[in-house]
Amino acid sequence: MTGRVHSFQSLGTLDGPGVRFVAFLQGCPLRCGCCHNPDTWDVHGGTEYTAQEVVQRAKRCRAYWGKEGGITLSGGEPLLQRAFAAEIFRLCRAENINTCLDTSGCVAAQLCEDVLKNTDRVLLDIKYTQEALYRDHVGCEMQQALDFLSYLNEKKIPVTLRQVIIPSLTDTEENVLALLGIARKHPCVDKIELLPFRKICQTKYDMMGIAFPFGHLPEPDSARVEALRRLLGEYGG
Amino acid sequence: MEHKNWQDFKGGAWQNEINVRDFIQQNYTEYKGDEAFLAPATERTNALMKKVQSLFALERQFGGVLDIDTATVSSLKSYSPGYIDKDNEIIVGLQTNRPLKRGVNPFGGMRMVRQACEAYGYKLSNKVEEEFRYRTTHNDGVYRAYTDEMRQARRCHVITGLPDAYGRGRIIGDYRRVALYGVDKLIAEKKKDKQKLADATFDTEQIRQDEELYQQIAFLGYMKEMAAMYGFDISEPAKDAREAIQWTYFAYLGAIKEQNGAAMSLGRVSTFFDIYIERDIARGVLTEEGAQELMDDFVIKLRMARHLRTPEYNELFGGDPMWITEAVGGMGEDGRTLVTKSSFRVLHTLYTLGSSPEPNLTVLWAQGLPEGFKKYCAKVSIDTDSIQYENDDLMRPIYGDDYAIACCVSAMKVGKQMQFFGARCNLAKLLLIAINGGYDTSTNMAIGPRMDVMQGDTLSYDEVMRRMEEYMAWLCHLYVNTMNVIHYMHDKYAYEKTQMALHDTSVERFMAFGVAGLSVVADSLSAIKYAKVHPIRNSEGYITDFNTEGNFPKFGNDDDRVDLMARDLTHRMITELRKTPAYRNAIHTLSVLTITSNVMYGKNTGATPDGRKNTEPFAPGANPMHNREENGALASLNSVAKISYDDCRDGISNTFSITPAALGRDDMERKNNLVTILDGYFGQMAHHINVNVLNRETLMDAYENPEKYPNLTIRVSGYAVNFNKLSREQQREVISRTFHEAV
Repeated sequence: MTGRVHSFQSLGTLDGPGVRFVAFLQGCPLRCGCCHNPDTWDVHGGTEYTAQEVVQRAKRCRAYWGKEGGITLSGGEPLLQRAFAAEIFRLCRAENINTCLDTSGCVAAQLCEDVLKNTDRVLLDIKYTQEALYRDHVGCEMQQALDFLSYLNEKKIPVTLRQVIIPSLTDTEENVLALLGIARKHPCVDKIELLPFRKICQTKYDMMGIAFPFGHLPEPDSARVEALRRLLGEYGG
Repeated sequence: MEHKNWQDFKGGAWQNEINVRDFIQQNYTEYKGDEAFLAPATERTNALMKKVQSLFALERQFGGVLDIDTATVSSLKSYSPGYIDKDNEIIVGLQTNRPLKRGVNPFGGMRMVRQACEAYGYKLSNKVEEEFRYRTTHNDGVYRAYTDEMRQARRCHVITGLPDAYGRGRIIGDYRRVALYGVDKLIAEKKKDKQKLADATFDTEQIRQDEELYQQIAFLGYMKEMAAMYGFDISEPAKDAREAIQWTYFAYLGAIKEQNGAAMSLGRVSTFFDIYIERDIARGVLTEEGAQELMDDFVIKLRMARHLRTPEYNELFGGDPMWITEAVGGMGEDGRTLVTKSSFRVLHTLYTLGSSPEPNLTVLWAQGLPEGFKKYCAKVSIDTDSIQYENDDLMRPIYGDDYAIACCVSAMKVGKQMQFFGARCNLAKLLLIAINGGYDTSTNMAIGPRMDVMQGDTLSYDEVMRRMEEYMAWLCHLYVNTMNVIHYMHDKYAYEKTQMALHDTSVERFMAFGVAGLSVVADSLSAIKYAKVHPIRNSEGYITDFNTEGNFPKFGNDDDRVDLMARDLTHRMITELRKTPAYRNAIHTLSVLTITSNVMYGKNTGATPDGRKNTEPFAPGANPMHNREENGALASLNSVAKISYDDCRDGISNTFSITPAALGRDDMERKNNLVTILDGYFGQMAHHINVNVLNRETLMDAYENPEKYPNLTIRVSGYAVNFNKLSREQQREVISRTFHEAV
C-alpha cells in the first residue's frame, strides 16, 4: 500500500498530545482562505511512500515520545488517501503506537471506518460555526463536519476541536460560544484549541504564484486570542 | 585518621587515603523533590550583584577588558588581596588585587601577552620583558622543536587552534581535596609519594615525576600563603559549609592565578558542598537562605574570573570564556542519584544572579534522574538558555561516578585523569587537499603527499575515498607528532603545579584530538556518491569549486546513507591517530567540537562538493549544516546520535535551537516535552546537547540593539556565551543556524 506524502515533521508538539511524529499527507479537496499549506493541495504532488515506510520513519522517533506521544496524520486532508491512512494506523495499532488524525471532517465518516477504528484521537478542524462562511471560504458544507463529529461521538473517539482565529471572521465571543455549544452536544469532545491565524505562509503562495486569499487580513493580536481562550473553561485544557 | 572538623561525618576509606569519592558516597543525601524549597537571593546578594553588574557594564564600555596589570606576572602570591566589597563578601578571593583586572601570564608565550596588551591599548612592562628575557616559555620550546611540515600544517590551517602559545588547560584539579583534607595532609601525601620514588630506577620519566612532585609540594605551600593573605589558614580541613566552599575556591583560585589554560574547569563540587551544608543545617547553624547565599557568593566569584587573550584567540573561542565547567547531577554506581539540594541551588543561581554563561553548568543526564530534577533542568533551559546536558548513562560505565567535564565535553575522573588538549584538524580542508593532490588552494601552499590533481569531468567516489584514506594517514601521523611536541614543552616550561598537586601522583593521561567540518565532509562524500559532482578548475589546473548536479542524502535527516559516512569518518580518524604513540603513553581520544571556530575554519576553507561556498562557515561541532534538515529536529538529533562515543571519547557536541512555540503550547508542555526529548536523545546513547529555546527575532534584535540585551546568554558549541561578546561575524553565523520552528 502506497500513498503520497508532502513532508514529515519528526518533532511535532502542536498536533496532539505530547511529542509526535507528524506525516503531512498530500492532497486536499478544500480551499480554505486561511490555509497555510497550499503546497499540500495537489493530489499528484509529494513523494510516494509505502505505509510501512512511514511507520518505520515514525518509529525512529519512538524514544522521544514519552507516555503521551505518537504519530499524527495531517495534511492536506489525510482522509483523501483513506486506504493509505488506514494501513498506517493499522500498523501503528499493531505496534501499540498512539494515533492522531488531523482532519477537516469534510468526508463521509462511514467511508473512513477503517481509519477511525484505529484512531486514538481526532483533531477536528471546525473552520467556522456558520454555514455561510463555510460556503464562502472553505468549499464544503458545515453539516458534513458536524455529521463527522456525530459519528465520532457515536464511536466514542476522543476529539479535540480546533479553530483558526481569523480577525473579522472568527475572533468574536459569539463564535467561540457557538463552538462551545457544538462541543457540549458531543461528549466525545474534551478539548478545544484556538489557533491564531498566521501569515508566514505568504512566501509559499508567492512561490507557487497564486494569491493568498486571506493575505489582506491581519494576524490576531495575542491578547485577543488569550481573551477568547479564557471562554473555553474546562475545554481549554 | 580522625579530625575534629570531620565530626558527624560517616567514616570510611576516605579517612585513610585521599578519596573524595568515598567521602561523598558515605555522606551525601539524595534529593528527589522539586524546586519548591529554594530560597530567593538575599538583600546582601542583590546589593553585591548590583556592584558586579556595574563592573561588567564598565568592562563592556572599555571594549571588553577593564584593566591589565602589565607589571606583575600572575601567580598565587603575586597580588595583594582583592575584593569586590570586602565587608559584604562571604567567599573571598580575586585573581588580582582589583575586580576584573587581568594579570599577565607569559609562561605559555610572550608574543600572545604582548599582543593582548597592545590590542587593548596597553604595553607589557619592561620589568616583565626583562624577567622573561632569560626564561624559555612554552611557546619558545615548541618552536625550537617544530618541523617544517608542522609549521606548514599550521600555516595552511589544516591543523589549528593548537595550544602552543598559551596554557593548554583542560585539566581539572580536585579542588575539593583542599576542603576535605586541608593542605598539610595533601603535602604530607605528596612527600610520601616522592619518598617512594627514591627506590625506583631513575629514567627520564622518574626524574620528571620527581621534579614535578617537588613543584607540586612547593605550590601547595604557596596556596596556603595565598589564603593567609586573605586571613585564612587552609592547612586543616574545612570545619563548616562556608569554609568548605572557601577552601575549594582558594584551590581553584590558585589554579587560575598560575595557569591561563584555555579551559579551566571546576569539576563536580555541588554535591560535595551539599554534605557540609546539610551538616550545618542539621546543627542549626545554617538556613536555606544562608545556603543559597553561600552558593551565590561562590558563583559570583566564578563569574569574575578572566584571562587576558588576543583578538585572534577570540576568533577561535569567542565570548571571553573560561569554561568553568561544573558537572551537576548524574547517578551513582549504586543506583542512588547524585542529585542533592545543592544541585538545585547551583542551577538556581541563574535566577538569583541572572542568567550567565559562567560557570558552564553541565547537567549529567540519566534516565534514572528524579523527575523533579529533570523538570527543573528543562525549566532552567527554557528560561535561561544557559545549561548543557551530557549523557551520564553513557559516561558512568567508563569513568565511574566521580568524573567531571573539562571545557565542553571532555570527561575525566576527577583527580585521577587529565588530558593533553589538542584542538582540532580541518577535515573539509583535508578533503580538498586530497582532491588537489597535496595542494591547498586557500593559501596556495603545497602540503602533504604529492599526487596529480584529480582528473575527469565527474569526481569518482572510490578515488576520492582512496585519496582521503591516504591523506588522513599522513595528517594523523603529523598531528600526533605535533601534539607530542606541544605537550612535552608544556610539561617542561609551563607545568600545572597547582592543578597536578590536586591529582593522584600516578595519573592517567588522554591526548585529545579533534575534527572540524564533519557534516561538511559527510555531505560532500554523499554528493560525490549519490549526485554528480563536476569539479571546476582554476587557470593553474587546481580544483577550486564544484558544480553539483542532482540531489543527495544530507546529514541531519536520519538517513543512514550519509549518517554512517559521518560515523565512519570519525572511526577512520581515531584508528589512524592511534597508530602513532602519544607522549607519556597518553590514550588517544577524539572530539567533534568546534567552539566558535567553525566560523574561522570555514573562512579558511574553499568551496566544498556539498554546495558550501568558499569561506562559508561550517556547522558547529557535530551539527548538520545549517538549514539542511528537512524532517525536523528529532531526525536531526537521530543523525548526530549515530556517531559513536567509542570513537569519540573526547565528546560529540550538538547544539540545538528551537523556538518556544515549536516546543509546546504552554510552559508546562514545553517543560514536559523537553524532558522527553532529552530522554529520547540520550536513550540512544548520544553524548551531548546544548539547548537554546528562543526566537531568531530575539537574536536579530540583539544584533541590532545590543544595549537592550546586556545579559542575553546562548549556548554555542559546548559552552555558553553572552551574545554581545561574540564578534559580528560569529553573531551572524549563530543567527543563520537552523532554528526548529513550529509548522
